[in-house]
Amino acid sequence: MPKNEDCLDVSIWRGDSSGGKLNRYEVPREESQTILDVVYYVQRHLDPQLSYRYACRVGMCGSCAMMVNGKPRWTCRTHVNSVLNGNKVTIEPLRNLPVIKDLACDMTDFFDKWCKAKGFFEPTKTREDEIEPISPESPKRKIAAAAIECINCAVCYAACDVVERNPAYLGPAALNRAWTLVNDERDGGQTARLRAVGGDAGCHNCHSQQGCMTYCPNDLNPTLSIAGLKRATVVAALKGEI
Amino acid sequence: MIGVRLYLAQRLSAMIMAPLILVHLVVMIYAIQDGIDAQEILSRTRGSVWWAAMYGLLAAAVSVHAAIGLRSIVHEYLKITALPLNILTWAIGLFLMGMGANAVVAVTL
Repeated sequence: MPKNEDCLDVSIWRGDSSGGKLNRYEVPREESQTILDVVYYVQRHLDPQLSYRYACRVGMCGSCAMMVNGKPRWTCRTHVNSVLNGNKVTIEPLRNLPVIKDLACDMTDFFDKWCKAKGFFEPTKTREDEIEPISPESPKRKIAAAAIECINCAVCYAACDVVERNPAYLGPAALNRAWTLVNDERDGGQTARLRAVGGDAGCHNCHSQQGCMTYCPNDLNPTLSIAGLKRATVVAALKGEI
Repeated sequence: MIGVRLYLAQRLSAMIMAPLILVHLVVMIYAIQDGIDAQEILSRTRGSVWWAAMYGLLAAAVSVHAAIGLRSIVHEYLKITALPLNILTWAIGLFLMGMGANAVVAVTL
């Protein structure tokens, strides 16, 4: 379709939960252009009904993840030049999540699984108590710090073949979050958390294929976090705690 | 559909299998240096409590390990869940245990 060499040949998935197809668009190339810039251009100038999701545009909010040429990416920080196939680029909704419309996915399951994995802090003190000092140098804090910078973008969830095959599986993001809390010395919900992540849909279903680590835009390693959960749950099971 | 107990059972069975398979391979390679002779091998294994215990333990560990491994594959590829998956897991484990027990009895009794 596009004949102009200064234009990108862009295919964007249009549809909803009942199905859809790729539509092709001609988008002018720009310097330092991101995939989100491309989607934005299409929606503003070519196809106003295109639905997609974004917020911060600087890699902090985790809203704009999509499949780009078949791989999950945060589109606001993905330069067109780094993913082009010739002058073609294909943009689709994230894998492993139901589509609402076009490029916008339903994230309900993804966030519900954070709750199922007890991925929330359980305080042990009240506001009347002194704040418990946690040294940045403590071994547990260092382990938590290595996994803490997750922006909930669901790129790892879309990259995970176990999630694809086993929809009940809690997934790398929720388990990574649970691992940070397992290493939080202030947290009081460890037994319930280890029971949750050691259940039938939990960390032991991970095959360590490391798709999550490969595609995480923040260079986190959820596979390593899941391995930590496997060890922690085994120890707890052997002690009879879970 | 693998919880911590099945995971633990699979890892423990692997820990049992690893040294026993090494013993099996080393003894097998040593024993056939002068050629394979079924009667000679059976004369050493028949009536031996130690070989019966070793191969009995190996067969049990393999049954547990393989049943749990196949459980994952069956669940992910055939979408079988809950009670049918549990029944299938037990059926695979008991079938392998039966085959293993049959072989152990044949070479040690």
